[in-house]
Amino acid sequence: MTRLRHAALAAALAGSLVAAGCGSGFDDNGSTTTQQSAGPADLKIMIASSGDAETKAVQDAAAQWATSSGSKATVTPAQDIVQQLGQALAGSTPPDVFYVDAARFADYASVGALEPYAQGLDGVDSFLPNLRQSFTYQDKLYCLPKDTSTLALQINTDLWTKAGLTDADIPTSWEQLRTTAAKIKAKNITPLAIGDTRDRVGAFLVQAGGYWVSPDGKQATGDTAQNVEALTYVQGLLKDGLAKYPKALDTGWAGEAFGKGKVAMTIEGNWIKGALNADFPDIKYTVKELPAGPKGKGTLSFTQCWGIAAKSQFKQQAVAFVQAMTSAEQQLSFSKAFGVMPSRQDAQATYQQQNPSDAPFVAGAQYAQGPVNAPKMDSVLADLDAGLQGLQGGDPKALLQRFDKNAKTALGG
Amino acid sequence: MAGIRGNERPAGWLFVAPAVLILGLFMLLPILMALWVSLTRWNGQGSPFTGSVPFAGLDNYTKLFTDEGLARQDFMTSIRNNAYYVLLVVPIQTVLALALALVVNNRLLKGKGFFRTAFYFPSVTSSVAISVVFLFMFANGGAINAILAVFGIDGPQWFSDPRGLVHLFFDTPPSFLTEHSLFGLSWWDWLAGPSVAMCAIIALVIWTTSGTFMVMFLAALQNVPVQLEEAGLIDGASAWQRLRHIILPQLRPTTFLVVTLGLIGTWQVFDQIYVMSQGNPAKTTLTPAFLSYRTAFRDFDYGTGAAISFVLFLIIVVLTLVQRRLTRERN
Repeated sequence: MTRLRHAALAAALAGSLVAAGCGSGFDDNGSTTTQQSAGPADLKIMIASSGDAETKAVQDAAAQWATSSGSKATVTPAQDIVQQLGQALAGSTPPDVFYVDAARFADYASVGALEPYAQGLDGVDSFLPNLRQSFTYQDKLYCLPKDTSTLALQINTDLWTKAGLTDADIPTSWEQLRTTAAKIKAKNITPLAIGDTRDRVGAFLVQAGGYWVSPDGKQATGDTAQNVEALTYVQGLLKDGLAKYPKALDTGWAGEAFGKGKVAMTIEGNWIKGALNADFPDIKYTVKELPAGPKGKGTLSFTQCWGIAAKSQFKQQAVAFVQAMTSAEQQLSFSKAFGVMPSRQDAQATYQQQNPSDAPFVAGAQYAQGPVNAPKMDSVLADLDAGLQGLQGGDPKALLQRFDKNAKTALGG
Repeated sequence: MAGIRGNERPAGWLFVAPAVLILGLFMLLPILMALWVSLTRWNGQGSPFTGSVPFAGLDNYTKLFTDEGLARQDFMTSIRNNAYYVLLVVPIQTVLALALALVVNNRLLKGKGFFRTAFYFPSVTSSVAISVVFLFMFANGGAINAILAVFGIDGPQWFSDPRGLVHLFFDTPPSFLTEHSLFGLSWWDWLAGPSVAMCAIIALVIWTTSGTFMVMFLAALQNVPVQLEEAGLIDGASAWQRLRHIILPQLRPTTFLVVTLGLIGTWQVFDQIYVMSQGNPAKTTLTPAFLSYRTAFRDFDYGTGAAISFVLFLIIVVLTLVQRRLTRERN
C-alpha cells in the first residue's frame, strides 16, 4: 500500500516536472531575440489612456502610421498598466511599445525591460531638458517623452471677488500666498486645497531650493534646511486652516474640491482643465504660475514616455513609430484631441498660441522638476506620502529624516 | 493485497486522476513555483526558472523579521492591522451570524423568507459594489456622520484619520511603551488599535459575511431535533439554559467551521482594502495580502512579495491548528 502511495507521489511529481518542462516554453531568450530590422512589422502598443479621446487619437495616429509604413500596429488601452506590463514582462511577451510613467521609469530601466533607443537618436535635443532628465538612467536616455504637464495655481474668480480680492492680490510669493489666504479665510472661505502627496507638496521643496533626491537620483537629500523650511511653511498653512487636504474637504482630490466651489485656490496640473470641463462646466477660474519661494519659482512636471521593450522583435520599426508619434505636428494634434502639453520645445510655442490660457503651465515646463527617478523607491515614497498625510501634527524634520533613512536603504541596495 | 478486490486500487487512482491532475497543475504546481520565487531575487523579467535568476536563499524571509528597515516595518504594521481586524471581525461575525440564525429559525417569526433573503443579501452582492457604497456612507459628510450628528456626536474623518482607536483615547503615551520596541515597531505602535478607517472596513465585512455564516448556522439548527428542546422545556430549563446547554453543544462542529473559515478569510482580506483605502491613511489599513501584491507588482520585488504570502499562509495554518486543538480539548 505504501509502495503504491509512493508510486502515485512519484507520478504526480513526474507530472509536475513535465508541466515545468512545458513551462520553459516561456524561457528567457532575451539576449538572442531575433531582430527583424526591415520590412513590415506587427507592433503591439499598450497605452495607459486617460480616456476615450486619448485612446481614439492614438489609435487613429497608429493606423495612419501603419498604412504609410506598411506595418501593422495594434493599440490596446490598459486597465492597470503596471500590473499588465508586469505580467507581460514576466512572461517574456511584452508589448513592443508602451507608456512608461516617469515615476515608474527607473524601475523598468533598472531591471533591463527597456531598450535605451533614445540615446543618441537624431533630434532628441528638441525635447525639454528636464523631461529628458526624467527618462535618463545611469547616464543613458531611454525613451522619448510623450507629453508633459506641470502644476500651477488655479483661482476661482467668483470666490476671489466675493472675498473682495482683485488681480493685485494674486500671490507671487510665499508671503503673499499667506496674507491672501488669510484674507480669504476671514471671509469664511477655505483658501487653498492641496493634494496630500509628494506630487503636490514637493513643489514647495523646489521653490525653497531643495528636493527629495539629488538630480541624478542617486542620493537621498531629504533632511536639508531648505526642505525643512518648505515643509514647515506648508505645515503652517495647514495648522492655520489656510490650506486643507482634499480628504478633509470630503473630496477625492483637490480638483474636485475646487470644482465644487469649496476652495478659492488649488494647485493642480493641466489635467484639471479637462476634469473641470467634464464635471463642473460652470466654474469660472483662472490659472497662474505657482508663487515663488525663497529660491525662486518652482513647480513639478509629470510625464510619460514611449518605452520600447528590450525584448521587442521589431525595435527599428518601433523607433520609427515612436518618432512618428512624437513629431511636433503629431504632438500638437494629440494636444488638440485630449489636452496635453507637447514635450518638444519647438511645439510649445505653437501650443501656447493655440491655448493662451495655458501660458502658466507652459512657463512652468521650463523650470519644472521631474518625479523621483530612482528604482525601488515606490514603497519608500508611499511611506513618505503616509508621513505627509500626517504633516499637520507631525515633525517636518523627523519626517525627512525617516525618508532619508528608508531611501538610503533602497538606493544603496 | 491480491484479494478479490485487489484491482480496485489502480481503478480508483484512474478515477481520481483528472481531479489530481487539475489540482496538481493549477494549485500544487503554482504554489511550488511561488515558493521557488520567494527564494530568489527575480525581478519579473523573463522566466524565474533559469540559471540567470539570482538565488537569495532565505534573505527574503529574514528581511521581514530580522533586518531593520522599511520592509520589516511595513510587514509588521500590516500584521498588526490585520490582527486587530481578525480580533474584531471573527468573534463579532460569529455571534451575529448565530443570533441571526436563531431569529430566522424561530417558529413564531412571520415572513421568514423575507428575513432570510434580507440577511443573506449582502453576501451575494459584489464586494466591490458594497465597498463603494460604504465609501459614500462613511464620507465626512456622509450618512454615518449625519446620523452621528443627530445625537450631537462630531463624527471622525473616517478615511483620513490615521490614529488608532486606543491612541484616540490616550493622547500621551507612557514612556515605557515608546522606549521598547518589537520587530521595529514600538509597543505603543503595536497597541494602537485599529484606525477609524479600519473600523469602517471591519463594519463592512461583518455586515457582508455574517449572512453567509448565518446560512450555515441555520442549516445546523434545523438538524437539532425538536425533542431535545422539548425535553429541556419539560425539565424546566430557561430559554438561556436551553441555548447554552442544549443548542450550542449541538452546533459545535458548525461553530468550528464558521470560526475556521472566518479566520482564513479575515487573514486574507484584500479586495475591500484594494477598493477602499489602498493601505491609507498612513498605512493603517495595510494588510499582508495587499502588501504582498504591492511589493511584487509595484516594486518588482517578486521574491519578497511571495515570501510575505508564504508567511501569511503559515500564520493561517498555525492559527487554524491552535484553534482545532482548543476546541478539541473541551470535548
